[in-house]
Amino acid sequence: MDEFITLNHGSGGKHSQKLIKDVFLGRFGIEEPLTDSAVLATGDSGSAWLAFTTDSYVVDPLFFPGGNIGKLAICGTINDLAVAGADPEYIAVSFIIEEGFPVADLERIAETMADEALNAGVRIVAGDTKVVGKGKCDKIFITTTGTGFLRPGREQISKGGNVREGDRLLVNGPLGNHAVAVLGARNNLSFVSGVLSDCCSLNGLIRNVLESCDEIHFMRDLTRGGLAAVLNELKDIIRKGIVINEEAVPVDESVKGLCEVLGFDPFSLANEGKILVVAGEEEYLKVLDIMLSHPAGAGSSVIGKIVRENPDHVLLNTVAGGRRIIEMPAGLQLPRIC
Amino acid sequence: MKYIDEYRDKDLILKMAGLIKRSARRNYTFMEVCGGHTAAIHRFGIPSLLPENVRLISGPGCPVCVTATDYIDKAIVLAETEGSIIATFGDLMRVPGSESTLEKKRAEGADIRVIFSGLDALGIAEASPDRRVIFPGIGFETTAPGTAITLMQAKEKKLRNFFLLSAHKIMPPAIRAVIKDGMKIDGFICPGHVASITGSDAFDFIPQEHKKACVVTGFEPLDIMQALLMLINQINNEAPKIEIQYTRAVTPGGNGIAQDILGKVFVYCDAEWRGFGIIPSSGLKPGPEFEEFDAEKVFSPAVRQTSRETLCICGEILRGVKTPSDCPVFATACTPLAPEGACMVSNEGACNTFYKYRPHG
Repeated sequence: MDEFITLNHGSGGKHSQKLIKDVFLGRFGIEEPLTDSAVLATGDSGSAWLAFTTDSYVVDPLFFPGGNIGKLAICGTINDLAVAGADPEYIAVSFIIEEGFPVADLERIAETMADEALNAGVRIVAGDTKVVGKGKCDKIFITTTGTGFLRPGREQISKGGNVREGDRLLVNGPLGNHAVAVLGARNNLSFVSGVLSDCCSLNGLIRNVLESCDEIHFMRDLTRGGLAAVLNELKDIIRKGIVINEEAVPVDESVKGLCEVLGFDPFSLANEGKILVVAGEEEYLKVLDIMLSHPAGAGSSVIGKIVRENPDHVLLNTVAGGRRIIEMPAGLQLPRIC
Repeated sequence: MKYIDEYRDKDLILKMAGLIKRSARRNYTFMEVCGGHTAAIHRFGIPSLLPENVRLISGPGCPVCVTATDYIDKAIVLAETEGSIIATFGDLMRVPGSESTLEKKRAEGADIRVIFSGLDALGIAEASPDRRVIFPGIGFETTAPGTAITLMQAKEKKLRNFFLLSAHKIMPPAIRAVIKDGMKIDGFICPGHVASITGSDAFDFIPQEHKKACVVTGFEPLDIMQALLMLINQINNEAPKIEIQYTRAVTPGGNGIAQDILGKVFVYCDAEWRGFGIIPSSGLKPGPEFEEFDAEKVFSPAVRQTSRETLCICGEILRGVKTPSDCPVFATACTPLAPEGACMVSNEGACNTFYKYRPHG
């Protein structure tokens, strides 16, 4: 274990996983696999399932093309509940605010949060506010906690318990836009123009999918660590092979361009409105149609398949016709020199 | 994407793979000198498209990887000095010095900022007149002109608080060192971006003096496949020469303006390369007119001579003698999470690339 926390520990890849395993899991008595929400049996003999999740938001800058920290805080928690198969219902929100923070900005953030919650059909029902001295936090940090119930039969979705050979993997649109929009805004990169964060609530899209299809075997949102992290987590849970076709993975031209320039891998970039869905062989085309017909799924694509071979690796058929492994991202992506 | 997708055309690439298979009638070992090529080769899964008798090995052309421990130690000493800001490219953050890394120093409180160009560092210096800003300039002929322009601007703006800690290096002496090392290499995939500055003429010595095949190559999969075919044909015809595959960027004479700027700002110096030791006249440092910006000269950062015990074989990998899978600590004690050697750090390092994009099938 490292002696000090570095920014890598917050990157969502191997460092974060190791930190959580080494410091928290044993002490808290939490069992793997780790999922976006805890799915807890409630009621008599587990007749109902409750999803419960929490997440902190520390984005810099607070306002970026396509959203702000408040929108992220609501969408992120809604999505963590929705991918667990739950209907998000209630959210609690907690603010840590730095002395000197403009009230007008706080109002803008609160307004966005209220709008997003209303549109997504969830209620913000509890909260807390702390103010810390100048320099003790970076402007504002927001934590949201959410709950929602799952219909019986959906409790395996977050754990991937029903994933089988032949299942197909789908994503709901182009990858990397959030990371690139934030990076561009943070560093005033003039060549990143017009890229908007994909930040949005996906409970509507997911509801449509779950209501019409029975064979949804796994869902996860593609936030920190991106698609590469989620595929590797899935591989570890299901112990089956995963093959991805690079040609089928949607990435916008502008994002591709930035990745080429800075040496980033779009598969490892964070998204805030993208999910991976694993659907049964018989049903995946129907799932694709339903996803495509929702505004948040207009760019949906079938990107790969669960296979028997090579359970130790996520494999990629590259655009060039070659084959290689997709590794778990390690640490922050560092912009390259040349 | 225009000028990218054309060079990722799967049908053409597979056609090229067929041609390579048919032309390859003996064993061939080629070195891709540039880390950019290493990254592209593995990212696109090119080894899986090649017959077994065509072998690729990585060379010394990843600037982060060849950066000496001593250089990182100097950057750390400067970072620890009161009033300093280190403005660095991201790749350098995780490169192990003898005892620490810039990334760890940042976590401990040093003011170390990741920038995207030397001009960003200059901007920080202008905005913080009471601090001294040190820019660890690193890279080959490709990035050195950018640093040269930065120093010219610093001079023009009469900045007194901006300094360059130069680890800029030039490519041809390292290729000479690889050849002198005696590794059996049949030909070189020469660095396209370096050659866009130097011109392909800078690599003439490879076929002329050493009778090795040589193709200046672009960075897309089709470029690399075509270059491999060109190399194989040179060898089959026993006619080693310098050929330019990357004609859309490279000419024999190169970029005269960039060469002039380099000549104006920098002078050659001996430089230490990880794995090779000191290679004479292989480095660039600020010349007489720009010495006031030379962090090395102004501060003479003193580092303690310590040698770290490690099983890491980065040095041999950079010389093409070994590959990452030969290393006893690869993917076990040495990972991007906790790199033992610099080759595991950079996006273009052989070990990092192998780790991320291990070839398959």
